[in-house]
Amino acid sequence: MKKLINAVEAVEEQMILGLVKSAPDKLSKLDCGNVVVRANKKSADKVALVSGGGSGHEPAHGGFVGKGMLDCAVAGAVFTSPTPDKIFEGIKAVATDAGVLCIVKNYTGDVLNFEMAIDMAGDEDIKVDHVVVNDDVAVQDSLYTTGRRGVAGTILVHKIAGAKAEEGASLEEVKAVAEKVIANVRTMGMAISPCTVPAAGKPGFELAEDEAEIGIGIHGEPGTHREKIASADETAKMLLDKILADIDYKNQEVVVMVNGMGATPLMELYIINNFVQDYLKAAGVKVYDTMVGNFMTSIEMAGFSLTLLKLDDELKKLYDAPADTPALKR
Amino acid sequence: MDTKKILEIVAAIAKKIEAEKNFLTELDNEIGDGDHGINLARGFKSVEEKLPTFADKDIGAILKGVGTQLVSTVGGASGPLYGTAFMKAGNACKGKTSLTPEEFVAALEAAVNGIKMRGKAVEGEKTMLDALCPALKALKDGLGGGKNFVDALTDAVDAAAAGVEYTKTIIATKGRASYLKERSLGHQDPGATSSLFMLQTTLEVLRED
Repeated sequence: MKKLINAVEAVEEQMILGLVKSAPDKLSKLDCGNVVVRANKKSADKVALVSGGGSGHEPAHGGFVGKGMLDCAVAGAVFTSPTPDKIFEGIKAVATDAGVLCIVKNYTGDVLNFEMAIDMAGDEDIKVDHVVVNDDVAVQDSLYTTGRRGVAGTILVHKIAGAKAEEGASLEEVKAVAEKVIANVRTMGMAISPCTVPAAGKPGFELAEDEAEIGIGIHGEPGTHREKIASADETAKMLLDKILADIDYKNQEVVVMVNGMGATPLMELYIINNFVQDYLKAAGVKVYDTMVGNFMTSIEMAGFSLTLLKLDDELKKLYDAPADTPALKR
Repeated sequence: MDTKKILEIVAAIAKKIEAEKNFLTELDNEIGDGDHGINLARGFKSVEEKLPTFADKDIGAILKGVGTQLVSTVGGASGPLYGTAFMKAGNACKGKTSLTPEEFVAALEAAVNGIKMRGKAVEGEKTMLDALCPALKALKDGLGGGKNFVDALTDAVDAAAAGVEYTKTIIATKGRASYLKERSLGHQDPGATSSLFMLQTTLEVLRED
């Protein structure tokens, strides 16, 4: 394992401290653990947004704490959900009279730990609710699985629900708009090289020099299938076709996110975007805005995911609203 | 079964989980994300460190303390599930300094119901419930049929072991293994296995008497 770290046990905390020190006037870390909150005073009438999950997805989620997006992000160990007591501390720190909305990615561990934290908050009379993001079309949603995974589309839930909360909307209204994003956002990803969890010391899976894993999750879990690596255009087309088959985006306006998995050069992400834009245009999908970069990563995995969010007037307005976070500014 | 015995059982479970850490992790590597043994061992190690502070507490408080400690140290899905189980069992023994066999059954039943509630799961989904539910039933049947506690608990452990075997024959529909669909066939469930270890260890400590 070759990594720029100091000690395996210190990875998560030093990462969070470094993030906070990158924006010391805007972010702070709670003493109880790897919990990032806004540095400024909370306003009593704004719904607070809390998210989190395992570390290793940077800039998610701590990088999206700030005006217009999250109020708090709770980081667990690499690829492991934070525990309920830490999530509860985060909820308590940012809770307002207007309430708290937790944005949870659909992984069993994340869902269970957040639900337990929400129960603990409820016991202390904190008004709190949650939504579960499940945008990954690679995984079938059926009675026989835990359902689709929550991946890069989560960032758009942060953005839009965050803007709604900033407007002074009620907890019910913020939850409703988060649910609307979840209903209209779809993602699919792939990888050409694996990642190594520092504590494990070796890659979570192996890929041959000429192989790609299609439909991979953000923890290196297996995807739909493995195949010979194809060109950027062919690969992007395969992912887009799966997304376009899931929701009818024709004649709709969309936000496109071309998300790097951590070790993909921007050069390659732009090459992918070059195809994505032309392909969507030909398919009659109108691109309202495009995000290219690393938003939801898997440590140093090489690969990318594509996300499409279908917009209506409300979502468009909230997407355009100001945001000031380390990883996303508008 | 008194407070001292409960503390002995918890300490023995912590040792057993540490001893089986790699085995549980290997099972999880096959169908999950390969951290069940690592996570549980980390949790029970912190429980072990905490045990001296439980010495003067009643059984309810001890079990609740174990649950709270697991919830805050294990992470993943098994932390909330086992944590809830011990906390609910603790609730069922509130203020008690000894347990009758019937009270032990009530505590185990509360634990199993806690896991069902937290995991929104039932038997037959390739989870810890596939070891725990048959064990609970066998324990109740044994006591109802006039067996002594150790004999009934022996039946329960046998039923849990059969439940672990059964998990090899079914497809996971809960947890990360569910994404593998039929590829989860043939593998025994790590959660059911760690549940079996806990019941086995309880029996071993009680048999020593």
